[in-house]
Amino acid sequence: MHEYPITKRIIEISEEFAKKNNADDIKQINLVVGDYSGYVASSIELYFDLIAEDSICKNAVLNIERVEPKLKCSDCGKLFKRKPFSFACPYCQGEGRPTEIGQEFYIKSIEV
Amino acid sequence: MSENNEIEVMQSVYDKNDEVAKQINEALTAKGIFAINVMGAPGAGKTSTLIKIIERLDGTTPYVIEGDIEADIDTKTLLALGVKTIQINTNGACHLDSPLIGEAVESLNIKDGILFIENIGNLVCPAEFQIGEHVKMLISTVTEGSDKPYKYPLAFEKANIIIINKCDLLPYVDFDEEYFMKGVRALNKTAPVFKISSKTGEGVQDVVSWIKQNLK
Ligand SMILES: [Zn+2]
Repeated sequence: MHEYPITKRIIEISEEFAKKNNADDIKQINLVVGDYSGYVASSIELYFDLIAEDSICKNAVLNIERVEPKLKCSDCGKLFKRKPFSFACPYCQGEGRPTEIGQEFYIKSIEV
Repeated sequence: MSENNEIEVMQSVYDKNDEVAKQINEALTAKGIFAINVMGAPGAGKTSTLIKIIERLDGTTPYVIEGDIEADIDTKTLLALGVKTIQINTNGACHLDSPLIGEAVESLNIKDGILFIENIGNLVCPAEFQIGEHVKMLISTVTEGSDKPYKYPLAFEKANIIIINKCDLLPYVDFDEEYFMKGVRALNKTAPVFKISSKTGEGVQDVVSWIKQNLK
């Protein structure tokens, strides 16, 4: 639901960077989306074509790199993907704590 | 065959929202306003908890921004109690964002007090957006069950204060407090957890004391 305005913002930022680099056609946008970012990659894709139509992104391919959330074990320090209904570390049964991994939402680069 | 020229961007797409949130936060602080982002599922008792808190504020002026998808029932209730309240209808959107709050704050002429921003009833999206608040208050309930931290980790991780509401119903529901707290503490080491009943008012005074300690 809230992907529409943010997709517009993705196009805006890409255009700003393209203009700064004197490019008038964007061929690819490389976006990084964590699964805990609050944004659904497939919804962004859905809106992208619609919004990009009237912009220099109209021929652009949106490449979304998804990031799975990881917890970090407080005991052994390892990063792991949590199992449903648990925060336990699969290596040592210690307790995992949230990390920034999985909360990303940024444009890594554009290709012009 | 493609001769793409890659330009590094590395820019967060949240930037606009976070920038506006920061401005709102500074403006509120300058006005002597402490802002609390109130999050919880639909039916968690966000409005009734706010009313019980407001009744006990004792000298501190309350203001409320009521976020709702389309109804204004909660706003009418608060206005009837004499609380300066404004309604934001998101018309379907699942959370409040900072541009919406910015407009609301301008229209509410406020100074020196506490601003409660009741977010949309939803445990997912509201946790992801800064709206200029000083603290996030999460209201969970014994009727929702003890697995909520495991199912909605981000809301529990981001909360500065956690309330367990409807504790008057504890004898009638299977709420495993130990399991709930284990999940809360895995995600959040510091947020205080208060057990209350927004129906009877039990435990609310402790919440008010915490808020008053964290003012300024
Ligand atoms: Zn471990």
